[in-house]
Amino acid sequence: MKYLDEFSDPELAKHLVGQIHATATKPWSMMEVCGGQTHTIVRHGIDQLLPDGVQMIHGPGCPVCVTPLEIIDKALEIASQPGVIFCSFGDMLRVPGSGRDLFRIKSEGGDVRVVYSPLDALRLAQENPDRQVVFFGIGFETTAPPNAMTVYQAKKLGIPNFSLLVSHVRVPPAIEAIMQSPDCRVQGFLAAGHVCSVMGTAEYPELADRYRVPIVVTGFEPLDILAGILRTVTQLERGEHVVENAYQRAVRDEGNPAAKAMLEDVFETTDRSWRGIGMIPRSGWRLSERYREWDAEYRFQVRDIATEESTICRSGEVLQGQIKPHECAAFGTLCTPRNPLGATMVSSEGACAAYYLYRRLQTPAAAGTGAVSSGD
Amino acid sequence: MIEPIPLPDPSVPDPPDFSGWTCPMPLRDHPNVVMGHGGGGQMSGELIEHLFVPAFANPVLAGLTDSAVFELGGARLAFSTDSFVVRPLFFPGGSIGDLAVNGTVNDLAMSGAQAAYLSCGFILEEGVELSVVGRIAKDLGTAAERAGVIVATGDTKVVDAGHGDGVFVNTAGVGLVREGVDIRPQRAAPGDVVIVSGMIGVHGIAIMSVREGISFGTEVVSDCAPLNGLVAAMLDVTTDLHVLRDPTRGGVATSLNEIAKAAGTGIDLVERQLPIPETVANACSFLGLDPLYVANEGKLLAVVAPGDADAVLAAMRAHPLGQDAAIIGECVEDHPGLVVTRTAFGATRVVDTPIGEQLPRIC
Repeated sequence: MKYLDEFSDPELAKHLVGQIHATATKPWSMMEVCGGQTHTIVRHGIDQLLPDGVQMIHGPGCPVCVTPLEIIDKALEIASQPGVIFCSFGDMLRVPGSGRDLFRIKSEGGDVRVVYSPLDALRLAQENPDRQVVFFGIGFETTAPPNAMTVYQAKKLGIPNFSLLVSHVRVPPAIEAIMQSPDCRVQGFLAAGHVCSVMGTAEYPELADRYRVPIVVTGFEPLDILAGILRTVTQLERGEHVVENAYQRAVRDEGNPAAKAMLEDVFETTDRSWRGIGMIPRSGWRLSERYREWDAEYRFQVRDIATEESTICRSGEVLQGQIKPHECAAFGTLCTPRNPLGATMVSSEGACAAYYLYRRLQTPAAAGTGAVSSGD
Repeated sequence: MIEPIPLPDPSVPDPPDFSGWTCPMPLRDHPNVVMGHGGGGQMSGELIEHLFVPAFANPVLAGLTDSAVFELGGARLAFSTDSFVVRPLFFPGGSIGDLAVNGTVNDLAMSGAQAAYLSCGFILEEGVELSVVGRIAKDLGTAAERAGVIVATGDTKVVDAGHGDGVFVNTAGVGLVREGVDIRPQRAAPGDVVIVSGMIGVHGIAIMSVREGISFGTEVVSDCAPLNGLVAAMLDVTTDLHVLRDPTRGGVATSLNEIAKAAGTGIDLVERQLPIPETVANACSFLGLDPLYVANEGKLLAVVAPGDADAVLAAMRAHPLGQDAAIIGECVEDHPGLVVTRTAFGATRVVDTPIGEQLPRIC
C-alpha cells in the first residue's frame, strides 16, 4: 500500500532493530509524546524488540485522556439540554465524566452525534436553524486548526446557532512540566510528528537545550518509530541533545503557516488543566475575545460543576510516564475498557487501553471479561 | 360482558438478575439500552447472556450458535432469525433486502444447513415511499432466488412517522442439516487450522463510505452474498468441519474470540496472512479502525482438523466466493479463551473482543 506499506516493511524494521541493538550500550528511557505513537508501539510489539534496558515511557499525548473532567461534565450538561445537537468525534463518547458519559446522555434522549469533521457540525447548524449545534473541540495542535477554521467560517457566514466547546492543549508546555517533575525518568523525547507538521520545530530547541534532552520529531508508522528511537539512542550515547526531524515527509521546520495564522486569529493561549496531571501554565487555547459569541461555555453558562474523580485511578502518573499502566493496582481488575476509572483506559490511544487490549499476556493482571456469542 | 385478560402490572417490572456479572459496568452504569448493546461485542453478549437467556432458558438455545439445531419429526433441522436495521437502505453492492436474505441463509449455513424456507417481516415507517419498499422487496426476491430459498410467509406492520428508521426487515429461516454434520464452536481444538474465505472488512467499509460520506479513492463494494453454496462445496470434501462462523458485526476478531471462549482453546493468528484489500486497509488507517473488527457479510471462518485443511482450502478456492481463501492461524493449547496474533515484526499482541462498536479516533 503506497505510503503505508513502505513504513511497515519487516525486513527494514529488522535492520533498524539491529542498529538500535548495536548502538545502545547503556539503559535509556525515552518518551513517545503522542498516544498514536503509543498505540503503534504496543500494537506492533515494537517495545518487545528493543534491547534490555532501552525503555519506552508513554507520554500524555492522547487528547481524549487529558481532557479535564470538568470540561467533560460541561459537555454532558450541554448535551442534555433540549434543543441542542451535540457533535463530537467518536472516541469522546465513551469517556466517563462524573458518573456518566455521552453514550448515556444519548440513550436518555440527548441528540448526540458522531461527526468526522467540525465542518459537518457547522453544516448541521445551517440545516437546523432552530437548534443549537455544539462541537466538542478537543485535542492538541493537530486538531486545533480545523476547529479554528470552523469557528472562523461560522463568524464569516453569520451562523449564530453554532458554538465550540473548547479544550485544546499544547505539547511544549507539557514537555516542560514532565521535565520539571522530581520523579522524571525521561532522557529523550520522540516528539509528535502531526503536531510539528502544524507548528514546526521552533518551540523545541530551547527545551532540548534547557533540559539537555534529545528531541526527535517522529511519525506514526512502525518504521518511523524505530527510526526515531535509533536517532534518540544515538544522541544519548554521544551525549548530544539537539532537535532532529525524522519525519521530513510531513514536517517542515516552519510548520504550516496557514494553519498557524488561523490559530493565531481564533485562539489565545490560556492556562489549562490536564486530566490526571493538573494545571499547566499557558498549556491550552481558548477562543479569543473576537469569537466569544461562538464559545459554548460562554453561550450556555454552564457553571458550578462538581466533579468526582476516581480516587484509585493512577492515570496521572501513567500520563507523566512515572508508572507503566499495569503497575496500577486497579489495572485489569477494577479498571478495564468496560469499566474505566480513568480516560487512559477509555481512549483507543490511551496507554492503559493499549496495554489491556494487546498486552494482557505479558502483564500480571490478566483479566478476561467473559463475553458470549452475539448470536448472529 | 367480556372479562379483561389479566396482564402483568407494568409499573412493577421484574428486574433481570445482574448478580454474578463478570464486569460490573454494563447495565449498572447504563440503565438504558445504548448503541453498544447492538454492536456485537461484549455488551451485546452480556445482554444476551444475562437478560435474554435466563428469560427463555432451554437447552437448544444454550449453545448460542448462529442457528439452533434440533430434531423434529425425524428430521435434523436448523432454525435461525435475524433483524436488519441497516442505514442506508441501499449501499454499493447491495441493499437491506439482500442482507435480509443472505444474513439468515448464512446463519443456517454456519450450522451446515441448506436454507429451505424463509419468513420475512417488514416494519415500515409511515411516510416511506412505496417505490423504496418495492425496490427492497425486489432485491429480497432476487437474493432468495440466488440462494435457492423460498420466502414462504411474511408479515407487515406500519409504525407512526418518527418511530422507525424507514424500513426494518426481519427474516427467519429453516433448513435441513446433512447427516453426520456437527458444526459448533465448542468443537474447535488445539491443532485445528483457521481459514477465512476471502478479503475481510469490505462490507463495513462500504457501508461507512456511504453513511458517513467518506470517499476512499475507489468505491468499496459490499461482499454481501449467500454462503450456502460455498459451505456445500466444503462439506462435499469432508463432513467433519469443526466450526463455521460468518464474521458479521464485530468482524473476524469477535467471531474468533467467541470460538476460543466456547471451546476453551487459544487461537494464534499470523497478521501477515490476513487477506485485507488495500482500500480497506487505507480506510481503516485513515479512520483509526482495525480491519479485524470491521463487519463482513459474505465471508466465513472455518476451523478444521489439520488433516482436512488442504482439501477444504482447495475446495473453497475452487468456489467463486472462496477464491481468496487463506489459512490465517491455528488453535493452540496456550492462552485458552484468548486470540493472539503474531505481528509482522515477530512480536505478539492480544486480539480482544470489542466492547461495543468501534469508534473512529480523534486524530
